[in-house]
Amino acid sequence: MAPEQDRAPQPPLLLMDGITKSFPGVRALDGVALEVLPGEVHCLLGQNGAGKSTLIKVLAGVHQPDGGEIRWQGEQVALRSPIAAMRLGIATIYQELDLVTHVSVAENVFLGHEPTSAGFVVRAGEAKEATRKLLKRLGHPEIDPGTLVGNLSAAHQQIVSMARALSHDVRLIVMDEPSAALDPDEVENLFRIVADLTADGVAVVYISHRLEEIRRIGDRVTVLKDGRAVAVGLPAKTTPTSEVVSLMTGRDVEYIFPERPTAAANGKVLLKAEGLSRDGEFAPLDLEIRPGEIVGLAGLVGSGRSEILETIFGARKASSGRVLVDGEEVRPGSVRAAVRAGLGLAPEERKHQALLMLESVTRNVSVSSMSRYSRGGWLNRGAEFVAAQKAVRELSLRPDNPDVPVRTLSGGNQQKAVLARWLLRGCKVLLLDEPTRGVDVGARAELYAVIRRLADEGLGVLLVSSEVPEVLGLADRVLVLREGRVVHTAPAQELDEHRVLDLVMEGSPAT
Amino acid sequence: MTSPVSKAEQNGPGAGPVLAEPEAPKAPSPRRIAFARADLRTLSLVGVLIALIIVGGITKPDNFLEIDNLQLVLTQASVIGVVTVGMTFVIISGGIDLSVGALVALASVWATTVATQEFGFWGILFTAVLVGVGCGLVNGVLISFGGMVPFIATLAMLAAGRGLALQITGGNTQTVTIDSVLELGYRDAYILGIPPLVLIFAGVAIIGWLVLNRTTFGRRTVAVGGNDEAARLAGIDVRRQRLYVYLLSGLCCGIAAFMLIVLSGSGQNTNGNLYELDAIAACIIGGTLLSGGRGTIVGAVLGVLIFQTITNIFILNNLESATQQIAKGAIIVAAVLVQNRTSRNQTT
Repeated sequence: MAPEQDRAPQPPLLLMDGITKSFPGVRALDGVALEVLPGEVHCLLGQNGAGKSTLIKVLAGVHQPDGGEIRWQGEQVALRSPIAAMRLGIATIYQELDLVTHVSVAENVFLGHEPTSAGFVVRAGEAKEATRKLLKRLGHPEIDPGTLVGNLSAAHQQIVSMARALSHDVRLIVMDEPSAALDPDEVENLFRIVADLTADGVAVVYISHRLEEIRRIGDRVTVLKDGRAVAVGLPAKTTPTSEVVSLMTGRDVEYIFPERPTAAANGKVLLKAEGLSRDGEFAPLDLEIRPGEIVGLAGLVGSGRSEILETIFGARKASSGRVLVDGEEVRPGSVRAAVRAGLGLAPEERKHQALLMLESVTRNVSVSSMSRYSRGGWLNRGAEFVAAQKAVRELSLRPDNPDVPVRTLSGGNQQKAVLARWLLRGCKVLLLDEPTRGVDVGARAELYAVIRRLADEGLGVLLVSSEVPEVLGLADRVLVLREGRVVHTAPAQELDEHRVLDLVMEGSPAT
Repeated sequence: MTSPVSKAEQNGPGAGPVLAEPEAPKAPSPRRIAFARADLRTLSLVGVLIALIIVGGITKPDNFLEIDNLQLVLTQASVIGVVTVGMTFVIISGGIDLSVGALVALASVWATTVATQEFGFWGILFTAVLVGVGCGLVNGVLISFGGMVPFIATLAMLAAGRGLALQITGGNTQTVTIDSVLELGYRDAYILGIPPLVLIFAGVAIIGWLVLNRTTFGRRTVAVGGNDEAARLAGIDVRRQRLYVYLLSGLCCGIAAFMLIVLSGSGQNTNGNLYELDAIAACIIGGTLLSGGRGTIVGAVLGVLIFQTITNIFILNNLESATQQIAKGAIIVAAVLVQNRTSRNQTT
C-alpha cells in the first residue's frame, strides 16, 4: 500500500490548493491544501468543526468553494455538482449513508446510471449481475442484490455504498469515518477492501478519529484545524501521536472563560441520574449536579452525549435507571414531566428542535410558561411581553426588543432566547447541548459568562460540547465519554485537552 | 502549524475564523413590519374582492348588487365559512382535514332523521354538533394516538362518513318539519337585514380569531404546526393539541351542518359535496401555510367570500359551472404565486 519510492515524482491525482469556503457567519475553510497520490491512503485528521466535512463536500461537488484551485490529474477542474465529481471518478461514502432504504441493493448501486435498453427500460437482470460481482469483489457475496437496503445491517449498507462507488469508474474514494459503525472484524474487512482498492491504483481519502487505524492503513496524513491545513502529507506511520494531537489542538487564541466560584458547589443535589441507560446508546450512568455546579460531558460525536441529555429530559425513554430532580423521581419518557420538574433543554439543533422560526422572540420565550401569563386559557399579552422583555434584558439579548422575529437574530442571541425561555419558566437545571454551535467567537465569551452567572444564581448546568476546551473551561467537573460509557470523571482543572482527547480517541495511548 | 493571529480564531463546530456578524436592523420597528406584511396580504385580498364586486356590478347591474342577492351570497358563504374556520386551525397545526364535507353530510342527515326530529329544534342542533364533534374525535385519536397521517385518517373518515350518510337516508331527502328550525332561514328572522346564518358565521369567525390570536390554545396550535419537535421539547403536549384541533374542526362541521339544514330545510347525504376542497382553497388563498405554523382567520374568511362571489357572478351571467371551476383553479394558483412573491420580497 505504501507508495514506493519511485512513485514520488508521479503527478498527484488530486491537488487542492488555497480552498476557501464561507457560510453565513463562519469561514469553514480558510485556504486548505490537499494532495492525494494515485493508490495512496491519505488520512484526514482534525477535530469537530476543523473543516473536514466541508472539505469532502467540496471534493464531492456538493459545496462550491469560494476560492482556490482544484487540479485533477494535473488539469484544473471545477466540481460544479455531485455528478461532475462522479464523472471524474470521485466517489464519496458519507458517514450518514445516503442510500434509498426501500429499494433493492442493485437499484441503489445503479441509482442514476442504470443499465438501460432504448434509453429508459432498466435491464434489471444486468444490474443485479453486475452488483453481485461488485459485492463479491468487496468480500460480501452473501448480500443478495435483490434485498431491500433497509433490511441490511449498517455494515452491509456501507458495503452497498462502496459497491455504488465502484460501479462508477472510480479513481478516488472518500470515506468519512467508515469504521465508526463497524464491529472489529468488519473493520478488518474494510481494511482489506481498502488494500485491494489501492493495489488497483485507486486512491482513498480516509477520515477517522481513531489514530491506530490511521497508523495501520494510512500512508500520509493531512491535519486540519480551524479551516486550515496545519500539516500536509505527514508520514502516517512514523509521526508521533503527541505531534499529531498537538497539531490538532494547537490554537492561537485562548478562549475567555468566566472565573469559577472559589467555594465548591454544595447544597442538596438538584439533578440525579441513577443507573440511567439506553440500549445501544449509552451504558448505565450515575450523575449528580448541585446548585451552582456546571458538569460537562466530553466525547466524540456518537459517544452518546446528546442521547444522555435527551434521555434525562424525557425526550427519549430510558431503558433502565431513573432521574430525580430535587429528590423527586421524574416520570420517564415525558418531556412535560421533566419541564414541570424543573429541567430545561437547549438542544443541539437550535433551529429544528428549539425555535419557532416564524415567531417573535416573545413568543419563543414564553412558549413554555404560557399558563403563567393567561387565565382560563386567555393570554395576558401585556404581562407576557413584560416578562419576556425582562428575561431578554437579563441575558442582554440583542436587540432587546422582544417583538423582533427570532429568525433575524444571530446564533448567539437565538441561543439566549432559548435560555430565556427556561429562565422565564424558572427551571432548576439547564441541559445545554452544544450551546455555542453556530455562535461566533465574540458572542461565545458572553454566552459562557451568562451560563456561569445562571449557575452562580443557583442553577445546575449539564453541558455537552464536542469542543474539549469549552468543556474544560466552563465546567467544574467533567465526565469523559467513549462509546456510550463514562471512562473518566475529574474536576476540570485536573484535565487538559491532550488528556481528554487521548481518552475519547480509542487506542491512542497517552503521549 | 501556527497561523498568523491576524483575526480572531476559534475551533469549533462549523468553525473557523468568523466574519463580523451584522447587527439586527434597528429601524423601523419590527412589529410594524410584521403588521404591514399581514396588512398587505389582507389588503390585496380585499382588493380582489372589491374588483370582483365591480365586475359583478358591471356585468349584471340590475341583479348583482340587489340586496337579495348579496344576502344570498353571504348566506351561502356562511356554511362553507364556518367549516373553513375549523380548517384554518387544522392547517395551522400542520394537518389537513379531508373529511369536512362528509361530516357536514353525515351530521345533517343524522340530525334530520324522523327519530331526531321528535326532539325538536334543540334535538337537531345538539345531534348535528355531537356527530361533528364525535367524528372529529375519531379523526383526532387516529392521528394523535394512532400515529396515522392526517391525510389518510381523514380520507378514511371521508369515505366512511359519506357511506354512513347514504345508509341513514337510503338516498332520500329528509325534509325538516320543525318550524322553529325552518324559520331561522326566513326573511322574518333577519336581524337588521342580516340573515341569522350570517350572524352565526360572523360569531364563529370572531371566536375563531380570538382563540387563535388571544389564547394559549391558539399559541400552542401555531407552535405545533410551526415546529412540532420544538413544541414538544418546550413542554407542549403536542398530541393532545392535535386531537383538540380535529375536535374543533368537527365542531365547526356540526355547526355548518345545522346551518345547511336551516338553509335547505332538509338533510341529504349529498350535502357538503367537495367542501373540503373549497375550505382548503379558501385557507390557502387567505395566506395560511399548508405546511403549518402560520395562518389567519381574516384571510380565510376573505377567501371564502371571494370564492362565493365568483360563483355568484358566474351563475348570474349564465356561465357554465365548468368555466367556473377553471376560474377558481386559476385564482388559487394566482393567489399563491402572488403571495410567494410578496413574502419572498419581504423576508429578505
